[in-house]
Amino acid sequence: MGTPKKIEEMSFEESLQELETIVGSLESGKAPLEESITAYERGISLKKHCEKKLREAQSKIEKISVAEDGSISAAPIDLNE
Amino acid sequence: MATDLFTHSQEKPTATASNVPELTVGDLANSVKRTLEQSFGRIRVRGEFTGLKLAGSGHLYGDLKDENAVVNIVCWRSTISRLSVKPEDGLEVIVTGKVSSYPKSSRYQLIIESVEMAGEGALLKMLEERRKKLSAEGLFDDARKKRLPYLPEVIGVVSSPSGAVIRDIMHRLDDRFPRRVLLWPVLVQGEGAAQQIAAAINGFNAMDKNGNVPRPDLIIVARGGGSLEDLMAFNEEVVVRAAAASDIPLISAVGHETDTTLIDFASDRRAPTPTGAAEMAVPVRADLMAWTLQQQARMAQALTRRLSEYKNMLAAQAASLGNPQQLLESKQQIIDFISDKFSSLLRAFVQQKQSALSVISGQLKPPSHGLERSQTRLDSAFTNLLRAQKQNIDKMERTLGQTARLLDSLSYESILNRGYAVVKDAKGHVISTTDGMKTGQDVELHFREKKTAQAKITGTKD
Repeated sequence: MGTPKKIEEMSFEESLQELETIVGSLESGKAPLEESITAYERGISLKKHCEKKLREAQSKIEKISVAEDGSISAAPIDLNE
Repeated sequence: MATDLFTHSQEKPTATASNVPELTVGDLANSVKRTLEQSFGRIRVRGEFTGLKLAGSGHLYGDLKDENAVVNIVCWRSTISRLSVKPEDGLEVIVTGKVSSYPKSSRYQLIIESVEMAGEGALLKMLEERRKKLSAEGLFDDARKKRLPYLPEVIGVVSSPSGAVIRDIMHRLDDRFPRRVLLWPVLVQGEGAAQQIAAAINGFNAMDKNGNVPRPDLIIVARGGGSLEDLMAFNEEVVVRAAAASDIPLISAVGHETDTTLIDFASDRRAPTPTGAAEMAVPVRADLMAWTLQQQARMAQALTRRLSEYKNMLAAQAASLGNPQQLLESKQQIIDFISDKFSSLLRAFVQQKQSALSVISGQLKPPSHGLERSQTRLDSAFTNLLRAQKQNIDKMERTLGQTARLLDSLSYESILNRGYAVVKDAKGHVISTTDGMKTGQDVELHFREKKTAQAKITGTKD
């Protein structure tokens, strides 16, 4: 697997994939016990990271406007207006 | 009134020349122009473009024809940019416009205000040709298609700010996985729509990921259903090219499921509807939460099972290991035995060496003993030597006395006393023979009482 990536820097998808791999390898029971325990600990960290990303779900809509000088800004809008 | 011309001629067909008003050519031409414009108004004409020519002024001239007739057309520069269908020779169209005439040549013409394709068949034929051309450029190649992000943080939507489309998208996103959405408002049909849509796609791509407005991870270009003509903006080359060039993965969702526009070929995914685009854009959050929890449970189970397996294995191993106390005792016994044997061996060895030593040391005489004896011997030898030496000296003294007396008695002077003389040569040596004696040699004669006489040899006789 090489050096594991820093979990905080991982995308949600990367975390999900690695978590899935870890679960698979733990269930296969082929790795030495010590490695399995390390993998389990990493799995728990990944799961927390995934949950954090899942909690970050917030709906927000902003409308882009382009100024005359070409600069772009975004302002929240209400679709129900 | 523009109809003056006709009413006059109709009402007074037999009027004399004097009664007929005299018109200038210009009056007539302008009057005809007015008559044409007022009597036809806005009309729609179906035909095929031919002989189109764009003048330096930017106005477009040419003809519209069918199998029976030809009509001049003109399209002002200001109108051309607003046309939803770009006029091309051979294009079968329905044009909307006004009939007028150009007084300088008095040729009547159709001033075009808008152009639409003449029926779906013609439009589809044109689109198919455009599709083939862009496809040949490689714009629709599978190799260009990008994978959509699994969970985009920010989604850019290019659509109309009013209408159901953006609401449908937000609704479905909120159901599945609420996200931050940036809406780039555009016209989705009519004048300038294609340019705005293309500019929005390019604009999202030009954004900085860390700018005050974050660059989206995914773009949705969406429009609700409409007629083929309504969707034409999404068939425009400028839009298709912008979609193909987008570095950000792009979902096209234009019209209904049965509608296909050219942007669908250039996009990375085609959604049947705007709602469908939202479904492609994000996973379902609740499913993921459940899945994530499930993974934790599976890991814990796997590890627990694993640990209990190890526990059983350990117990089995321990059983086969035997009692450690016993193992220790048996080893201790071996050590005792060895150390016992070793110490007796050691003792025997020491004894053997000791006795060997005493034998050797018995043979050895103390060096001081020998020294004393030698000293005594040396002392007595010295005493003896001294004594012997003194005896020798005494003896030698006695001998010397006797010898002196003997010598005295034997001295030649006593012989001289008895009448003998001694002959000596000039050097004082005694001459006892005539051998070597020469005639004339000087000799000295010694007599008693140490008296001498000089003599010369006069001859010798044997």
